[in-house]
Amino acid sequence: MKTRILLAILAVVIAGLIAVPWVASYFYIFIFTEILILGLFAASFNLVFGYTGMLSFGHAAFFGVGSYAMALVLIHLEWPFLVSLLVSMGAAALLALIIGFFCVRLNEVYFAMLTLAFGMMVFAIAYQWRSVTNGSDGLAGFSLGSLGLGLDLTLANPAVYYHVVLAIVGVASVILYVICRSSFGMILRAIRQNPERVSFAGLNVRAYRLVAFVIAGAFAGLAGGLIAPFLRVASPELLHWSMSAEPILMAILGGTGYFLGPFIGAAVFVLLETWITSFTESWMLVLGVILALMVIFFRKGLLGTVLDWWMEVRK
Amino acid sequence: MTNPVLTISNLTKRFGGNTAVSGINLDVMPKETIAIIGPNGAGKTTFYNMVSGRMQPSEGNVVLDGKDITGLPPHKISRLGVSRSFQINNIFPEMTVQENVEVVLSAYHGHSRKLFNIASRNTGIQHEAIELLKRLGIDNLKGQRAEVISYGDKRLLEIAMVLATRPKLVLLDEPTAGMTPDETRRTTKLVKSLADSGDYTFLVTEHDMDVVFGLADRILVMHRGEKLFAGTPEEVKNHPEVRRAYLGEEDDETEESNA
Repeated sequence: MKTRILLAILAVVIAGLIAVPWVASYFYIFIFTEILILGLFAASFNLVFGYTGMLSFGHAAFFGVGSYAMALVLIHLEWPFLVSLLVSMGAAALLALIIGFFCVRLNEVYFAMLTLAFGMMVFAIAYQWRSVTNGSDGLAGFSLGSLGLGLDLTLANPAVYYHVVLAIVGVASVILYVICRSSFGMILRAIRQNPERVSFAGLNVRAYRLVAFVIAGAFAGLAGGLIAPFLRVASPELLHWSMSAEPILMAILGGTGYFLGPFIGAAVFVLLETWITSFTESWMLVLGVILALMVIFFRKGLLGTVLDWWMEVRK
Repeated sequence: MTNPVLTISNLTKRFGGNTAVSGINLDVMPKETIAIIGPNGAGKTTFYNMVSGRMQPSEGNVVLDGKDITGLPPHKISRLGVSRSFQINNIFPEMTVQENVEVVLSAYHGHSRKLFNIASRNTGIQHEAIELLKRLGIDNLKGQRAEVISYGDKRLLEIAMVLATRPKLVLLDEPTAGMTPDETRRTTKLVKSLADSGDYTFLVTEHDMDVVFGLADRILVMHRGEKLFAGTPEEVKNHPEVRRAYLGEEDDETEESNA
């Protein structure tokens, strides 16, 4: 009964998301495209944070590298969009393998600091390697060709692009969800709660943490590959450490203990940002107050709090 | 003649100038239960930490089934068949009792590498987990979050997790520590029945002398990191030096506290 109601709610939400371009203005099509992409970014981060228990301050490195890979492929190779996305994922996964190799050896604050340090290095490279990255201006002036799979879609149309993003984020989310619910995902949750006990069960905890880190990096790269055509630029801001803070805030806002938490966090984050900045300049102040309240009173995030409240009511 | 499961020779651990364990030799035969006793600070847990890979020995060797495992990391030693419990509860607090066992079973069976199965539909692992919980008499708690069950039940859950890897050698570190007298009796009986089943080889450290004399085939008495004596429970009970150094010491303490 409980699952049935939740599934019904989920179906309504998905139907609503599909219908967005037919009922909403261009402005909201853009907003929802951004929510989906950042939601995927935050969900990939939560595989590392909420499931495996590693607080990464460098997740934007993978998001940014994914966007640069997309821009470079579109400019120089003009490959179909879906193939370019695979390049984004691959580039981010490779970077995550290199960074993760060093970071997963460390725990807690040392892990966080090292991911931050690597994130800053990647930013510095993108900022200064002008011949490839075009420095602070970033890479722009690329255009989307075909989607791939022989489908003839005008990707430059925001409504079409929204639906493509929705489909890709949907598929990626299902894959991530299955990983979270798999035996591997169960081991990740166990590692978060008690890594030593997992190693005494015969598993190499570092290897598992590294695999989780690489998977999360790949999906962050996918999100980055989706954001570049949306913003029409791949710029160093996407790699900046402040960009690494966004998935952290979104995951905590929505609820790190739930798969959909980061998506809800992303939606609330983007919508609040949009509405509040239209009234006042002090969006960061409002966000700070909301986050402080969440951390002090609603540790389980919005989704967790609502689900708890619903269970109470049903009793 | 059968070969020992575990052969320990000259095992030594020094921390700076302090020798925590010094030159311990021990052969553990299959299906045997050996108790290691000694006052706090005798080096029992350090000894376990070296055998299970949590600490590197300063000197000496640990050989399991003819294979040198000295200084290997814990996950490799676990894979080779040594499974241990801890003095403090070491479980996955936010998971259910059953999931706690399933984690270890998934690791043991190699399911932990599967990214695209659904763990909650893995009926083989679930049945095996429930069988183990039944063996420990806590299958009625399978759906509870592990952090909410009683202290004694947590310790039993830990034993279930330790047995889940089908170990050649089980190291139990004070399995009844902190238990109520009732829980202690229940746990002793249980470990005794597991030992009598002939499925396991146990090393047990323990403070409670009744538990030790009830369980052990042989007893190793440690004192300040060294082997003081090894023998059958009867021999240990009657050994004058052991009585003075360990069994007697308890009397001394009582006298002091009475004074």
